Amino acid sequence: MTARQLGKIAKRVGFWALIVLIMVYAVFPFYYAVITSLKPSSELFRVELWPSSWHLGNYVQILTEASFLRAILNSIVVAISVVFIALLLGITASYALGRVRFRGRSTVLLVILGVSMFPQVAVLSGLFEVIRTLNLYNNPAGLILSYTIFTLPFTVWVLTTFMKQLPMELEEAAIMDGATPWITITKVFLPLMWPAMATTGLLAFIAAWNEFLFALTFTLTDTQRTVPVAIALLSGGSSYELPWGPIMAASVVVTVPLVVLVIIFQRRIVSGLTAGAVKG
Amino acid sequence: MTTSHSSAPEGARSAALTARRSRGTKVRRQRVKAAWLFLTPMLIALALVAGWPLFRTFFLSFTDASLSDLGTANFIGFENYLVHDNGRWFGILADSVWWQSVWNTVYFSVVSVSLEVVFGVIVALILNAEFKGRTIVRAAVLIPWAIPTIVSAQMWAWMLNDQFGIINHMLMGIGVIDDPIAWTASATYSMWAVIMVDVWKTIPFVALLVLAALQMLPKDCYEAAEVDGIHPVRVFFKVTLPLITPALMVAVIFRLLDALRVFDVIYVLTSNSTSTMSMSVYARQQLVEFQDVGYGSAASTLLFLIIALATIAYIYAGRKQLQLGGDA
Repeated sequence: MTARQLGKIAKRVGFWALIVLIMVYAVFPFYYAVITSLKPSSELFRVELWPSSWHLGNYVQILTEASFLRAILNSIVVAISVVFIALLLGITASYALGRVRFRGRSTVLLVILGVSMFPQVAVLSGLFEVIRTLNLYNNPAGLILSYTIFTLPFTVWVLTTFMKQLPMELEEAAIMDGATPWITITKVFLPLMWPAMATTGLLAFIAAWNEFLFALTFTLTDTQRTVPVAIALLSGGSSYELPWGPIMAASVVVTVPLVVLVIIFQRRIVSGLTAGAVKG
Repeated sequence: MTTSHSSAPEGARSAALTARRSRGTKVRRQRVKAAWLFLTPMLIALALVAGWPLFRTFFLSFTDASLSDLGTANFIGFENYLVHDNGRWFGILADSVWWQSVWNTVYFSVVSVSLEVVFGVIVALILNAEFKGRTIVRAAVLIPWAIPTIVSAQMWAWMLNDQFGIINHMLMGIGVIDDPIAWTASATYSMWAVIMVDVWKTIPFVALLVLAALQMLPKDCYEAAEVDGIHPVRVFFKVTLPLITPALMVAVIFRLLDALRVFDVIYVLTSNSTSTMSMSVYARQQLVEFQDVGYGSAASTLLFLIIALATIAYIYAGRKQLQLGGDA
């Protein structure tokens, strides 16, 4: 075997070693959370890479707890409403921004970009006031309202990018047939926008599902919380011994749907992220 | 003869043109009107959740408002920011904890974004290579990004646990350390723990943006480089890196803005410890836990200004023209 061949083999081995390393690095913490969640609390101190037995007690404990189930329900309601509102407002706005030339368009786009760069804390006290005035404190509806601040700019931005790519002829034909802009959107563009809407919707869903600061600040009682807050506060339950088993079980329950969605829509997410960021 | 002959159809044509043009402007005007109509709900929503609250935060920072009683705030000028009283300075700008949080945030942002960019590029280069199972690897790499920050913070808190954590276990196993480290509690290590978690979570984002840029690169210059026998490392620094710089700049600014407003990782991993406290954590603590809306708003306003300045400086320094879509 020549030195050249050896070098080639070494390169291949190195390459695959790197891939394995990356895979392990990316997946291991989640895997370890799953393993921990399957352990009874008496075995938590034993560090092992493969579960010696399957124990579902942590899941039973979490999934029979009314406040946790309620938190999941709240999160689902909030995230779905946020997606719905962001898409509804986003699709019409993106038509205006992506297909119509009008004065002030760049300003509007600049404002949207500016809003997406807001630190959430910067609006915390002002938004707190708005929410209290609208009587939405400690109410998931207040979260739906406040999440608009980070989902809407992003949705509009990505949808505008997609909107621009649709062929001009389609719209011209619609105008020739006397379609109003509203008809053009709903009858001509909407059917073509489904992939883009699925992508942005999913990204908005993930963002709303994961949000923590507003959810922590604008809710007060167990029954109004969302899942991230519920999980963060699980650890606050006892100050001496953290219930790591149930915390990990809850973490897995909350994360599995997202991981499944991400793996299914992987390609879409990549194109959505890059459309929002690179082309933006 | 020729004139009258040609003038008749020409007149007809110009009449038709005017008619079409006027119909054109009518359609145009209708579209512009519709555009504003369509934008209105979005603009109202943004005004309600962004514009007005930001204005109120700004306003409240000049008052002594407290959380329990927002209605009866008194205007106190710059007292929340800086005031000289009885020979001593008070206010945020005189608060060492605030400056500590500014330093923490800057340190956290610079270190974690640098690490994310380096590792993100490496991961992207690997994902860009042709190999079997690339899709699976790509999906696996995305997983940390999909996991809620809160969950990843808890997962890592468990792995970094001083007594039962697997990280200490492994490090002791290979003899790097003799005694377990209290990663999240010790002042020396907690910032590194936070950075570790953030880097783990956001490498996928940077990697994806870079990957997208890599896939748009022209193939021919690589073929030329290969023919000329230029070393791949040299090719990377001379060809690839300059070409993906715009995408990297976008990734850096997105990540930097995110890092400067960091809240949840730090809050969950190390709660209100001053050795890792970020500006957002500081502001929220004043606002919610100490109920001091005026003071907290002042901190929030400062954070907002810092981020706005960072953005502007970055855009100018990088001379990166953010395409505002002038080509529609």
